[in-house]
Amino acid sequence: MFLKNIFISLTFAGAASASPLFADTIKIGEVGSMTGSEATFGVSTHEGIQLAIKEQNAKGGIKGKKVELISLDDQGKPEEAAIATTKLISQDKVTAILGEVSSSRSLAMAPIAQQNKIPMVSPSSTNPKVTEVGDYIFRVCFIDPFQGAVMAKFAAETLKVKKVAILRDVKSDYSVGLSDYFTAAFKKSGGEIVVDQSYSSGEVDFNSQLTSIRAKKPDAIFVPGYYTEVGLIAKQARKLGIKVPLMGGDGWDSDKLYEIGGKALNNTFFSNHYSKDDQAPAVQNFVKNYKSAYNRSPDGLAAMGYDAAVILFAAIEKTKTGTNAEIRAELAKIKEFQAVTGKITIDEKRNASKPAVVLEVKDGKFLYKSTVNP
Amino acid sequence: MAEFAQYIINGLSQGGTYALIALGYTMVFGILQLINFAHGEVFMLGAFTGLYTSKYAGLAILGTFNRLLTGSAETASTGAAILTAIVIILVAMCVCAAVGFCVERLAYRPLRASPRINLLITAVGVSLFFQNAGQLLFGSDPKAFPDLFENLEPWTFGADENLIVINPLQVFVFITAITLMLILRHVIFHTRLGRAMRAVSFNHDLASLMGIPTNQIIAATFMMGSSLAGAAGVMVGMTYPKVEPLMGSLPGLKAFCAAVLGGIGNVTGAVLGSFILGLAEALLSGYGTPTYKDALAFTILILILLVKPSGLLGVNRTEKV
Repeated sequence: MFLKNIFISLTFAGAASASPLFADTIKIGEVGSMTGSEATFGVSTHEGIQLAIKEQNAKGGIKGKKVELISLDDQGKPEEAAIATTKLISQDKVTAILGEVSSSRSLAMAPIAQQNKIPMVSPSSTNPKVTEVGDYIFRVCFIDPFQGAVMAKFAAETLKVKKVAILRDVKSDYSVGLSDYFTAAFKKSGGEIVVDQSYSSGEVDFNSQLTSIRAKKPDAIFVPGYYTEVGLIAKQARKLGIKVPLMGGDGWDSDKLYEIGGKALNNTFFSNHYSKDDQAPAVQNFVKNYKSAYNRSPDGLAAMGYDAAVILFAAIEKTKTGTNAEIRAELAKIKEFQAVTGKITIDEKRNASKPAVVLEVKDGKFLYKSTVNP
Repeated sequence: MAEFAQYIINGLSQGGTYALIALGYTMVFGILQLINFAHGEVFMLGAFTGLYTSKYAGLAILGTFNRLLTGSAETASTGAAILTAIVIILVAMCVCAAVGFCVERLAYRPLRASPRINLLITAVGVSLFFQNAGQLLFGSDPKAFPDLFENLEPWTFGADENLIVINPLQVFVFITAITLMLILRHVIFHTRLGRAMRAVSFNHDLASLMGIPTNQIIAATFMMGSSLAGAAGVMVGMTYPKVEPLMGSLPGLKAFCAAVLGGIGNVTGAVLGSFILGLAEALLSGYGTPTYKDALAFTILILILLVKPSGLLGVNRTEKV
């Protein structure tokens, strides 16, 4: 961690000394939670982006210029994300910004990027409000109405459950949004939400919420939180004798999930951006390169970070002079782009239309269950 | 009915963890009239000590106890699990006592003669120092506490809708909290050290005129209070296996509220206040809205300060001006 800080401050110092005009590199800013309670989100995304940059620079960069990444840590706090965005735009004069994973933090960054007309591409913020901020804000992932519908369909058709309980994190825009969309889609398909309980991220005791859920005897529980809490929730649920499946969204995607939750996570399912077991050449190629660079398997967020960077580079490459307005226009034109996480089309609301996968957690492995197309 | 019983069990176990933190808080306050805001961070350091001890030595200790009790290192037994937990807790208590000693020696003792507000601000400073040093040292992402008791099945009563589940760890935390409270009461009221502590609490200068080594007594108080926080840290880590450098601040503040509710400075009051808070939180989450769970402790704090500032079991002290 300490070395990483030195690394970040070195790149930062190097960037500050270069002249913003007639620069011989293209500066891309990145804001992510490199530390803090959701650190694996930031670190995975960062590694994905770095891999994309390494490959792009090996190919000769964009329009003959090398790509330079300036990464800032927001410690998982929205206010720090906003400060980092301002710094990237006003001090480092970046061309475009990649970030954030969490919707709450992307929502803190987006108004600043929009005001300064700097294109911002979020790799994996799924709350619809993020791109509604303005026409310079894009994302390369699906949005929560789709993700909620995917899990509702999975619950109704694959798990064949009728009564579902919800346990949402009221502090997170992502979790609240996803719960609402799941509820709407699941009710539409004839299911029933028997109880809607809540917690605040950072808590460690969920026994009371789970006890009240247990009393309603649901067939499954939808827990669209982040991995830090989900691991504990699964553990406490199993201890309380709740054996029904747990379901969630892409916020579960981290190796830490299993470290915290252990065997309690068997019989749980979540929607994600891709599966590393997908045999498509684009995926296998990415998994191989990532493994040789970082010595571990890429999670969904690493793949999304990679895709966000690659799509941004493709858009910059297509522009004539590389102005912000041109990059924005080219990003909006992305169609059927073959990325690692599937074919990506940017729609008129600057959201990506792309498939989602459902994964099953089994003894620490994320097993591929099914793919749902938009 | 079973649901209600389960809430009571959850509340008592949550109250037990608050009680362990509140005991140290209230003890330091009782002797020094200092609110040691760094107490929550000592609790965090205790959790990390427990985490690394169980990670690198836990299985070896467990195996040894298993062999002693059952003849084979592989056979799991509840007794061995509890003995292992006690060893890990003792290690964390020793480390935290050392931390408490250093904090008192380096941060608080040089300020002994200055106004109390200086000490209070220093306590906040020490707390922030440990939070950030912890992030630098351990990394700020959450760590998973090794599960030494995986084979320990929870005790269940009844079935289906009447199912009541008791986690042996919850009982362990509950019993430890009560035991430590009794030990502490005994030390304070029935030993020479305790008499010296009470004398120091009454008046520092007079106590030292009577030949009581004030500095040593205060250092001992800090070490005892910190070791209690260390024990609490390990037990919270075992029950909720997610340990991070910022984990101390909220439980620390809530335990402080519990100590004030019971009457700060009063050992029995701290435990009583903690159980009331734990039960109130569990019932609010169960029957009301869990969203306001964190606000509850502070609402109770404000109410008790308005209605009975000395707390439930506290005695009014007249402030000398």
